[in-house]
Amino acid sequence: MNGDGRKNAPHRLSSRLVQVAFLAIVLLAWFLATTRWGVSRILLPNPVNVWHQLIDIVASGAFIPDLRITLGELAGAFAISMSLGVTIGYLISRSRYLIRVFEPLLAAIYAIPIILFLPLYVLLLGLGPASKIALGATISFFPIVLSTIAGFGYVDRRLVTAARSMGANNIQMFRYVLLPAALPVVLAGLRLGFTVALLSVIASETIASFAGLGHHIVDLAENMDTARMFAYIVFVIAIVAFLNAVVSTIEGRARW
Amino acid sequence: MVTTGELRRLMRHPGFARLGVVILLVVAWEISARFFLDRDFISPPSTVLTSFGELFGTPGVPSALWLTLYEIAIGFALSAIIGAAIGLAVGLNRLAHQSFMPIILLLYGLPQITILPIFVLVFGIGAASKIAFGVSHGMFPIMIAVAAGVQKIEPVYFDSARSMGASRWHLLRYVIFPHMIPSFFTGLRLGMSGVLLGVLLAELYVSTAGIGYFTSIFTQNFDATKLIGLVSVLAAIAIALNEVVRRVELRYARWRD
Repeated sequence: MNGDGRKNAPHRLSSRLVQVAFLAIVLLAWFLATTRWGVSRILLPNPVNVWHQLIDIVASGAFIPDLRITLGELAGAFAISMSLGVTIGYLISRSRYLIRVFEPLLAAIYAIPIILFLPLYVLLLGLGPASKIALGATISFFPIVLSTIAGFGYVDRRLVTAARSMGANNIQMFRYVLLPAALPVVLAGLRLGFTVALLSVIASETIASFAGLGHHIVDLAENMDTARMFAYIVFVIAIVAFLNAVVSTIEGRARW
Repeated sequence: MVTTGELRRLMRHPGFARLGVVILLVVAWEISARFFLDRDFISPPSTVLTSFGELFGTPGVPSALWLTLYEIAIGFALSAIIGAAIGLAVGLNRLAHQSFMPIILLLYGLPQITILPIFVLVFGIGAASKIAFGVSHGMFPIMIAVAAGVQKIEPVYFDSARSMGASRWHLLRYVIFPHMIPSFFTGLRLGMSGVLLGVLLAELYVSTAGIGYFTSIFTQNFDATKLIGLVSVLAAIAIALNEVVRRVELRYARWRD
């Protein structure tokens, strides 16, 4: 193992160099494209401008109302999909028969791009936050319910039998056998559900809405304010990455 | 009395109950839409079914659906070609793998929906932007699967092929290609979901042409029947395409074992 590591070391260094060079070339090409090669400012803004706009967005705090709306929609969507997904998943997982009835059905619906239902939700619930919450809840329900079924439904039979024969009652069975066995799988599903809910909320804001982070990007695009749009995109990606990192950390903590 | 036992056994089969659940849901939808809910917002399934003729008779709808199918086909083909090419390039060279795999995984993890307006700005509201957005969703899973597939080839296969006098073409054809096939088809299945998502997102986003134009027109006119019909047709297309690539994967992903 050690020898292998030493053999890898120069590779690792050169791969870092390649990565840095790649990034530098991309940035340089971006800069030259806007300053020397005459690419339209509307299609590709100057990176220096984008940087100034990014600082302005963060410093001015102009993002706060949109961020609040997006986070509110996300909280609503995730609360619904988490409570329904875990409850329904647990109830289904209590019976082999129910698992065999419902799991293929849920998996089949999960395979459809559910974003297609957005126009129906907009018709039913309007362009406001309600349709985004409904879509986010629908899309994130499926990974959560499926992983809850997988977590609670496929606990090792021997563990269950052993606990029963030692006289465990239902509560003890849940607390000491089912929950510890199922928790990692359920938590992984919740993390996936969170990410999916966040992305669907932003996606539905982008497609049809009045407000929110996704809507703000579209607004800037329609006004041809490309430099600020690029900066805002970077900002939104940073927020998504931050939220995902927070949820991953919580998942890691909760597991132990 | 034998038939009762057989019937009972049939009813106990999960597939039977599953069908029952689906029928129950459709009947509940039919009854609630017919008697309790506002027809402007929801339409019973029977009306949606009988209005398919009217939907396809709406000028522009059939061509918008064909265009979407065309975008998915081109987007899928391009994703497969680009994904396989980059996947091979990155998977077969150790330095390239160590350097570019982290970048590919990072790009794959980005929330691509945020850059959808850029695609429309650059490629316009026509088919090009939808194909491009489909490809940007579909190529990464194929790339990653192919790279993972060829990266695991034992070096001894290369050595023995070379010692038997294999050319570069022979290596590609008889060593790399057979090892690439199972992961390539797994990648294609994931790539198809990506292409469908990308193309449909872009279609829904652009509300001045194609599918997005009709979904917004039907919504503004409270034409629930046509809207549900159009969404159902698109969902059926997505289910069919997913099923095709899944079957193909099942067939080809196993051939090594």
